[in-house]
Amino acid sequence: MSHDETLKESLTRNGVSRRGFLKFCATAASIMALPPSMVPAIAAALESARRPSVIWLSFQECTGCAESLTRSHSPTVEGLIFDAISLDYQHTLQAAAGDAAEEAREEAMKENWGKYILVVDGSIPLGNPGYSTIAGISNLDMLKETAKGAAAIVAVGTCATFGGIPKANPNPTGAVSVSDIIKDKPIVNVSGCPPIPVVITGVLAHFLTFGTIPELDELGRPKVFYGNNIHDRCYRRPFYERGEFAETFDDEGAKKGWCLFKLGCKGPITYNACATAKWNEGTSFPIESGHGCLGCSEPNFWDMGGFYKALSQPAVDVSQTAAYALGAGAVAGLGIAALNRKKKADVATDHQTVTIHDLRRNDPSKTEAEDS
Amino acid sequence: MSNVNTCASLDTGNDILILHEIRHALRKLLDDGESTIIDLRAIPMAPGEEARIEAMLGQGELSATLNALGKSTINETAFSGAWLITHYNTEDEILGKFIEISKLPSILASQHEDIEVALEQLTHQLLV
Amino acid sequence: MNSADFLLWVRGTGLQIATVIFVFGVVLRLFEILTLGHKKNLAVTRGSGFKEGFRNILTRSLPRDKNTLRRSMFTIVTGYVLHIGLFVVIFLLAPHISLFEGIFGFGWPSISTPIVDLFAVLTMIALLAILYHRLTNPVLKFLSTKQDYFVWALTFVPLITGYLSYHHLFLNYNWMLGIHILSVELLMIFLPFTKLSHAFTLFIARWYSGSMMGEKGVKS
Repeated sequence: MSHDETLKESLTRNGVSRRGFLKFCATAASIMALPPSMVPAIAAALESARRPSVIWLSFQECTGCAESLTRSHSPTVEGLIFDAISLDYQHTLQAAAGDAAEEAREEAMKENWGKYILVVDGSIPLGNPGYSTIAGISNLDMLKETAKGAAAIVAVGTCATFGGIPKANPNPTGAVSVSDIIKDKPIVNVSGCPPIPVVITGVLAHFLTFGTIPELDELGRPKVFYGNNIHDRCYRRPFYERGEFAETFDDEGAKKGWCLFKLGCKGPITYNACATAKWNEGTSFPIESGHGCLGCSEPNFWDMGGFYKALSQPAVDVSQTAAYALGAGAVAGLGIAALNRKKKADVATDHQTVTIHDLRRNDPSKTEAEDS
Repeated sequence: MSNVNTCASLDTGNDILILHEIRHALRKLLDDGESTIIDLRAIPMAPGEEARIEAMLGQGELSATLNALGKSTINETAFSGAWLITHYNTEDEILGKFIEISKLPSILASQHEDIEVALEQLTHQLLV
Repeated sequence: MNSADFLLWVRGTGLQIATVIFVFGVVLRLFEILTLGHKKNLAVTRGSGFKEGFRNILTRSLPRDKNTLRRSMFTIVTGYVLHIGLFVVIFLLAPHISLFEGIFGFGWPSISTPIVDLFAVLTMIALLAILYHRLTNPVLKFLSTKQDYFVWALTFVPLITGYLSYHHLFLNYNWMLGIHILSVELLMIFLPFTKLSHAFTLFIARWYSGSMMGEKGVKS
């Protein structure tokens, strides 16, 4: 398939009818979280859309993000989206290896300079470039080089967006996110560990349809998918309001589907589409399966004080600190008490008895005669 | 699992809201002839709630199956003018679920582009 | 610093700092006061005064005298609403209880969140009324120091930010929650060294004066 072919031409060539195309557009609108009334506009845009070249770089990652995307349960749409783009480099998926693979990347870069989309999963180690290399090229160098000719960068997964697990305390490799390094390109952060597959394809579909990146929040994430708080969208929210909480994972409350806040649910500070998009063909999402949200689409989610610690509990051990402070306060208090007592004792010691005789002697105006 | 059963009785209240939305859309369809599409997958639902909405909507007089990029079912609900459209992929997995309020869902009508192709094909066949 | 870093800091380092200053300060102040002692009473006492001390804590906490009640109706009503409200908001909201549980190792039952929410609103109304009263009453205004306004703000900000974060108003929840926690940390830091330390000294003082009166045979 050539890069010059429009999406419509490619679909027609594959025998897809207009109805099929409209069905694709309706699903794409749903994926992009756009209202169904946008379908005609999406159809018009997609008809003339040309397949963008995509280069996918994987750094310090676990391939979970690529798994999330490729194992997602809507192969037709994912497949169509992937038919609609030209994935020119992905070292896990591509057949080529070694020099041939790197040549493919360089060729795609040269051919589509300034126009290709760069997808990155995984964080970049700054501690020592040798921690992670591809074909002898350090992640840092490869990212910088490939980012130069990209139209936009899509950072996929929490490692690429915020540093993720490699960056978790004590961050042995000095891992950083894509946006920590690249400052001069539009970057879309598709966070999550892994991200919801339709969110990944949704961003690609948006670029394909409109040729631009979607509107982003303060953390660089597309608002359409990360605009809603899990807690606000959670069907267990009424239990939170009523103060009905599961205390353990197997008590009555847990069986009745009560709120998981006390079991460490990070829903209140997590922004993602899980509660509506759900996972596994819309089957459920973690809270629906009885486990609190880990907050995997948020920065530092690994270091938020523990997955099973309620959000309102301290992220650190405060009890011990308080005990030390108590001791120190007591010691200091005793010190002050000693000072005060000494002052009192000094005052008592310095006390001089004054007789009427002393007073009279100091006052020359008064005479003995007057007094008597 | 017992907790799944208890969860099924949960309620976000969204089912009633959707029925209200459909009612307004039917009114709009009658008054202005304007149709509405509701994306069911964009609404948070408790387990079992989507099925409950479908049960409440019921089954109307007409149901159709479309075969394009996998199956799609287009069913008129018990409320005439409200259609439940479910798109499946080639592996029968659900891609999307919509409620369309219109006299006839737009996807049911033969499409202009497809008719053009048909005309061309038939012309070609008759020539041969 | 993004909202996640900020929230993590206030839940971690910030809380550590505030806890150290708060606990150190309170203990220091209590030691300082309690070890001062008092002069030996050379007169024959009319009772030990021990029981009367506790009686005084109770009686001074209840508005029994109709005249006082009539004269200071405003102060008494707003004072009660404020303090009961603070108690409910601080100690009966589920997330707060789980915080205490995390620190002390034990918790207690919470009450329904909308009820706590109502108390928060009443408390804020009481605080605003108190501020208005302070600003409009000439005597009170004359007697007020900068510290009075400062401790008012220290008390009000955690309430309003808690209310806003619960209702997801104005700012993104993470920022608002972080600001809420930070404002409580400021309250903790200044509490031992301002008039707010009455939270710890009030009942000690009441017991003390009650026991003095008991020793002298005065009805408390």
